Amino acid sequence: MPKITFIDHSGKGHDAEVPIGWSVMEGAVKNLIPGIDADCGGACACATCHVYVDPAWLPKLPPRSDMEETMLDFAQELQPNSRLSCQIKVTPDLEGLVVRIPKSQH
Amino acid sequence: MERIVIIGAGQSGAQAVASLRAEGFDGALTLVGDEPFAPYQRPPLSKAYLSGAMERERLFLKPEAFYREAHCDLLLGIAAKAIDRVRKHVRLSDGRELPYDKLLLATGSRVRRCVIPGCDLPGIFYLRGIADVDAMRPHLVTGARLAVVGGGYIGLEVGAVARKLGLEVTVFEALDRAMARAVSRPLSEFYERMHREAGVRFHFNTPVAAFEGTGKLEAVCAGGERYDVDLALVGIGIVPNVELAQQAGLACNDGIVVDQHCGCTSDAAIFAAGDCTQHVGRDGHSTRLECVQNAIDQAKHAALAMVGKPMPYREVPWFWSDQYDLKLQIAGLAWPGDELVMRGNPEARKFAVFHLRDGVVAAVEAVNAAPEYMIGRKLIAEGARVSPERLADTAIHIKNVV
Repeated sequence: MPKITFIDHSGKGHDAEVPIGWSVMEGAVKNLIPGIDADCGGACACATCHVYVDPAWLPKLPPRSDMEETMLDFAQELQPNSRLSCQIKVTPDLEGLVVRIPKSQH
Repeated sequence: MERIVIIGAGQSGAQAVASLRAEGFDGALTLVGDEPFAPYQRPPLSKAYLSGAMERERLFLKPEAFYREAHCDLLLGIAAKAIDRVRKHVRLSDGRELPYDKLLLATGSRVRRCVIPGCDLPGIFYLRGIADVDAMRPHLVTGARLAVVGGGYIGLEVGAVARKLGLEVTVFEALDRAMARAVSRPLSEFYERMHREAGVRFHFNTPVAAFEGTGKLEAVCAGGERYDVDLALVGIGIVPNVELAQQAGLACNDGIVVDQHCGCTSDAAIFAAGDCTQHVGRDGHSTRLECVQNAIDQAKHAALAMVGKPMPYREVPWFWSDQYDLKLQIAGLAWPGDELVMRGNPEARKFAVFHLRDGVVAAVEAVNAAPEYMIGRKLIAEGARVSPERLADTAIHIKNVV
């Protein structure tokens, strides 16, 4: 299972092992990572699982879909490396992925 | 120490645990659920869980550690049988009596049963919980003939999954169109067309009169005809679980009546949230909603009210449905008589229908059109007034319509 590191707004890292095929959001919820609420359960409808992907990892991720793009328009503190973690599917390539959680989600 | 008991371990119950602790409630917390499972998501049951794309473990809303860390006792597979409001006790199916200072009823809803001849035959399925899907899935085999009784969200979502799995699907609907209770006519017509293109057969204005079979379901009788089938899925709506509240003498009217904060029931120590409630919505009308949004938001409001920080309930309801590659997203509540504005072209499988009431955006139904849905939701919350001509003009980006 790929290990993913979630860094909260205070800079503290939380490691989580996430099964392949799950979303990064599911991995966060399952591991009680603070700041990822995911109210809608991954339907891409609430924008409460917003993360910043470590720039080194951006090229390894598939681009945002139209739906994700739109939902992110409504997220706070949008950055070029913003993603909705419910839309990032975990693959073996993502071993070691690092994402940061926006301050607004705490 | 103050004791809060939550009856109902669904979406609302789980949210209430999280919100009560987040709002600083530090007393004893107990969550009682009659299913043998910790709170889980129901929406995937008729979609990815049914198709087999999502395993059971992924359905759970929170890991076990969440309840442990929240110091919440989970009593699962146990039903609440009665509320004693004088002694402030809940009697459970295992004989236990659970004392409370405040009680939250998040009892949800159950499927409406079809009561016609043959309705107890094996091969007739309903869909509400994990056990329902687990029972039905082995019967979803290529070539099997499925009768869908009721052309609403559940029936059509199951129909879409069944077509993908290679079953023959026939929908019997008592009303004159698909999803008649949930969407406007242009959406009904669009979804009917999409399902027909996928090979689904429809019979409208055709309630099922009887199920027939010797030892198991073999046929459905409807509209004077007899249709040979191998299995049936009945999706004819849900009914709120109000009996516990009713027996305790709480005000109920197609749902447990809660105040404008969603809220308190007619007993100041008892609160209710989710599918089981009747509440006054932002449009001033009393309503009962059947959706995840309301389950979550009412639980948040109930938690606030329970810790003495009530907030008026003004949330915009939202809903979604996945059928084939079509993502339907709805915000707001449509009324008969709303002015309908079509934005985009259904032929492109990407469009939205806006509902204007006195020129103000009241609801939006969006198909594969997330910007329209999200902006629509915002416009509804703001009570925005828009010109129907600009709304219909796709040359103007939806962001710039107002």
